[in-house]
Amino acid sequence: MSIKQISVFLENKPGALYGMTGVLAQNKVDMRALSLAETKDFGIARMIVDNVYAATTVLKEAGYVHSLTPVLGVAIPDTPGGLNKVLQVITNARINVEYMYAFLGGKNVNQAYMIFRVEDVDAATAALTERGIRTVGQDEIQQL
Amino acid sequence: MIPMDRCYQPEVECAPREQIRAWQDERLVKQVQNVWDNVPHYRKKMEEKGLTPADIRSVDDLYKLPFVTKADLRDTYPNGMAARPMKDCVRVHATSGTTGKRVMGFYTQHDMDLWEDCVARAIVATGADSEDICQVGYGYGMFTGGLGLDGGSRKVGCLTVPISSGNTDRQITFMQDLGTTLLCCTPSYAAYLGESMKEMGLTPDQIPLKRAILGAEAWSEEMRRDIEKTLGIKAYDIYGLTELSGPGVAYECSAQDGMHINEDHFLAEIIDPDTGEVLPEGSKGELVFTSLTREAFPLLRYRTRDICQLRREKCSCGRTFLKMCKPMGRSDDMLIIRGVNVFPSQVETVLLNQGYPANYQIIVDRVKNTDTLDIQVEMTPEMFTDNLGEISRRQKELVEGLRSMLGLSAKVTLVAPKSIVRSEGKAVRVIDKRKL
Repeated sequence: MSIKQISVFLENKPGALYGMTGVLAQNKVDMRALSLAETKDFGIARMIVDNVYAATTVLKEAGYVHSLTPVLGVAIPDTPGGLNKVLQVITNARINVEYMYAFLGGKNVNQAYMIFRVEDVDAATAALTERGIRTVGQDEIQQL
Repeated sequence: MIPMDRCYQPEVECAPREQIRAWQDERLVKQVQNVWDNVPHYRKKMEEKGLTPADIRSVDDLYKLPFVTKADLRDTYPNGMAARPMKDCVRVHATSGTTGKRVMGFYTQHDMDLWEDCVARAIVATGADSEDICQVGYGYGMFTGGLGLDGGSRKVGCLTVPISSGNTDRQITFMQDLGTTLLCCTPSYAAYLGESMKEMGLTPDQIPLKRAILGAEAWSEEMRRDIEKTLGIKAYDIYGLTELSGPGVAYECSAQDGMHINEDHFLAEIIDPDTGEVLPEGSKGELVFTSLTREAFPLLRYRTRDICQLRREKCSCGRTFLKMCKPMGRSDDMLIIRGVNVFPSQVETVLLNQGYPANYQIIVDRVKNTDTLDIQVEMTPEMFTDNLGEISRRQKELVEGLRSMLGLSAKVTLVAPKSIVRSEGKAVRVIDKRKL
């Protein structure tokens, strides 16, 4: 079970992100989560959206270079130690996390979502499910 | 319809070297007299050197003659270098004046005929014939590209499509509707057309195009391979300049290995651009041309500013005409960065070798008295990955590649797709912000 993350190439200059969010806003794409990675001259905007097809289509039309990456989504109770428990399972399974980011959302205010970029999403999902930790798919993201 | 054998002239193009030399000797003597009699500006230059036409008895005496430079053309603008009055001319062409010096060239009907002959030779040398449908995507008008290829194409007997440059959608529509087999335009525009077709979802087998004759700007061997692949064609180089008539001074044959110079009309030399000294055969230097047969605008020893190499060897196509390599850059748009000579074509070679598109811009600046070189390269879907480290690694590879090619360090900046302005004519490759 994985979530499709959209990664977009952006120049590191004033207005670059605004240009992209403008395209998404005009086309009524709802962002669930956004994370930015940057170097001195360029960056990558990584995001989770409600409608992946619509988002990638309008971005392509607007001339943005993008790619899709499968990432792992995990629902974590918003209590101390919530993330720690998830990382423990991932660590024990000897899975490396390349990057991660979090967002709150949905009707359940007591839970947070974490997005993990790992090499093997299936292996990570299996390890987490076995320890009773709920992973999240594209459907749930869409309905938030 | 004119039979093809009128365009391919083996009795000239494949003539023994002694024969070619004999034509050149005879024509040079005649041309020097023409210039002496009709071009006071050049006559004065000859007199300053103590020369009269009697001193030029064969090609061996060529070195004695003074050069003609762009400055001479500017000083005598528009027609001070012409050897015929305007009333005897039937055509004028002009350069765009992008370097700030517009140049005009004049043609009598005889000059037009021989120009068309030269272009027709170039067209049939690629294997094209009267069955071909030739789309001329060079600009029509004062620029020699459009009307030059048009004349040659009609001479060969091709159905000639005078579509001119620009309007990419229309270009592709005509290609599909008419079944264009031969495309003539600038290499950067051919690359752009290929890109546009790809974006439209067209594959090379969906267009009947077989070959392209590309010129009017510098392009590398790598760019040729790129264009040939995207368009599914063979791409041939053509060389010329307005000062000498236009395209068709030299042309590539099926061997795609250097351009044959139309030596019955043009005499080529390689000189040291600094000293003006004639360099031995095979040396790299500035290309100098003498027009042997033009009546109206007969330039003697015209310095082209193109850096080039000449080769005298028999070609697999049978032609004995001397071959010139692709110009390696121009001695005047050559950049000197931190004392190192840099040609935009070198940057292009590195980019294409590493799988980047030829969409780049070189930005030169001077910060705290040190020259900076910034190569802007457009990100493409093929190059992009979610992995920042991977992109940075490729960027470093590019910096390394440039360092070994240029001998100096350059910065590489990845920019958004289509953010570098694409011209539909000549590409703007260099922006020099230095105030020198």
